[in-house]
Amino acid sequence: MALLQVNDIHVYYGSIHAVKGVSFEVNQGEVVTLIGANGAGKSTVLNTISGLLHPRTGGVVFEDHDLKGVAPHKVVSHGLAQVPEGRRIFLQMSVEENLEMGAFTQPGSTVEPGIADVYERFPRLKERRRQIAGTLSGGEQQMLAMGRALMSKPKLLMLDEPSMGLAPILVEQIFDIIKELHAAGTTILLVEQNAQAALAVADRAYVMETGKITLSGTGAELMASDQVQKAYLGG
Amino acid sequence: MSFLNNVITGISLGSIYAIIALGYTMVYGIAKMLNFAHGDVIMVGAYVCFFATGSFGLHPVAGVLLAMVVCTILGMVIEGLAYKPLRQAPSLAVLITAIGVSWFLQNSAQLLWGAAPKVFTPVVSGGLSIFGGQLNISYVTILTVASCLVIMAVLSAFIGKGKMGKAMRACSEDKGAAQLMGINVNSTISMTFAIGSALAAIAGVLMCSAYPTLMPTTGSLPGIKAFTAAVFGGIGSVPGAFVGGLLLGIIEIFAKAYISTDLSDAIVFLALIIVLLVKPSGLLGKYVPEKV
Ligand SMILES: Nc1ncnc2c1ncn2[C@@H]1O[C@H](COP(=O)(O)OP(=O)(O)OP(=O)(O)O)[C@@H](O)[C@H]1O
Ligand SMILES: [Mg+2]
Repeated sequence: MALLQVNDIHVYYGSIHAVKGVSFEVNQGEVVTLIGANGAGKSTVLNTISGLLHPRTGGVVFEDHDLKGVAPHKVVSHGLAQVPEGRRIFLQMSVEENLEMGAFTQPGSTVEPGIADVYERFPRLKERRRQIAGTLSGGEQQMLAMGRALMSKPKLLMLDEPSMGLAPILVEQIFDIIKELHAAGTTILLVEQNAQAALAVADRAYVMETGKITLSGTGAELMASDQVQKAYLGG
Repeated sequence: MSFLNNVITGISLGSIYAIIALGYTMVYGIAKMLNFAHGDVIMVGAYVCFFATGSFGLHPVAGVLLAMVVCTILGMVIEGLAYKPLRQAPSLAVLITAIGVSWFLQNSAQLLWGAAPKVFTPVVSGGLSIFGGQLNISYVTILTVASCLVIMAVLSAFIGKGKMGKAMRACSEDKGAAQLMGINVNSTISMTFAIGSALAAIAGVLMCSAYPTLMPTTGSLPGIKAFTAAVFGGIGSVPGAFVGGLLLGIIEIFAKAYISTDLSDAIVFLALIIVLLVKPSGLLGKYVPEKV
């Protein structure tokens, strides 16, 4: 059975029908990417999975748990972590405090070893552990956001446009980290506008357009598809 | 010596403002709302202590503790019933509700305990007399200043180092992100009201020990002044509440002593306006640009 199953969700903002019947799944150990243009509804899907938004119909099943009605702060304890769009680290708190917040649901004794793990993966953060997060560069902030999410030891890591607003070299670095996490066995759901890079790391991919999934397949299949070439890869 | 006496009185009054201002500033920091009923929680705390010690003969320490318990519960109930349903509502609706809660508390107090002022018995009596009686410091003053310092130290440590204190800071910055960390935002807000209201109870007892007239409107003016102190120091900032409260108390007492008793409140607000003109975010407040 799939680790995450999204079953025909319809999500509204008031009367705006943002997600119109989306279904997909993520299996253990996979990197799955959700690509699509601005306003397609990608973030809405992630926030629904995280419990910040509620589907009007349809549902989300994680492992064997129906997440219907589960409060957002409880979703984390099930093993789902999200790195939200725009990072949303706590800008007035230090790097280390941000990481501690990521471990909020974890028992106290595991926090320090968790922080040590994150520092090993992101040595830059260790150098800046006492620095106020708002003074980090964009790339460092993205690393902090990812490190913070990893602190909850998630079974599924959801990343919302981690490459947004970063210089090409940093984008490459972020995707290298995604590959490393994948190699280490982390299951990842990646939302991206950078279709090229996302499809290259993904086992499977879904294309979203105006609230619906219009195409799906392996990363390589979609990379080769005419439709994707035209719409997202400028080919 | 009268100068020194004024300084001491100012610091003592300022300590009370600071303790009250903490409640305003913490609630503002996390819930982004002005809880105008906060001043009336002070009044309730003072009444609880008044009856506990006066009518039931409890020890003053027990009276204060009881007042803290009652106010803590009151603060959480106010938040849960009046403000929580308005989490998504426009801030004007929340503000009007807060004013409504304030009136509700004042009228309930009047109904329960009558409009006639009660004479509050200070929790400690006596004082120190030094320099051959030229300088008098009451034990209430010493207790007030000491309480303020202890509260500031404990609260700063809690917010700076404690797990729940950090969660409070996280919520005050970004509630959505805090939820993604597994922080229960509703219970964190409720906890903030609980802490602020417990402090209001202490402030109520200390204030009525120094100025012993207790009636249903007792909390309202000090509440507004403490709110001013919070804005003065930078609303949302805990050290700001401390500095703002102390300065406001000193300015008020000096204005009374050297300028005019009638104008002292006007002078206090004038000082506020000057500070806000020079530094809109208050003395220690951070300037946070609007997100675009
Ligand atoms: N808070 C909101 N209130 C009203 N409408 C919203 C809200 N958030 C998103 N929407 C609308 O829902 C639709 C989907 O938005 P969403 O943010 O999920 O898109 P997205 O695919 O993540 O876009 P992007 O790539 O730009 O981040 C859009 O039409 C958007 O305008
Ligand atoms: Mg988005």
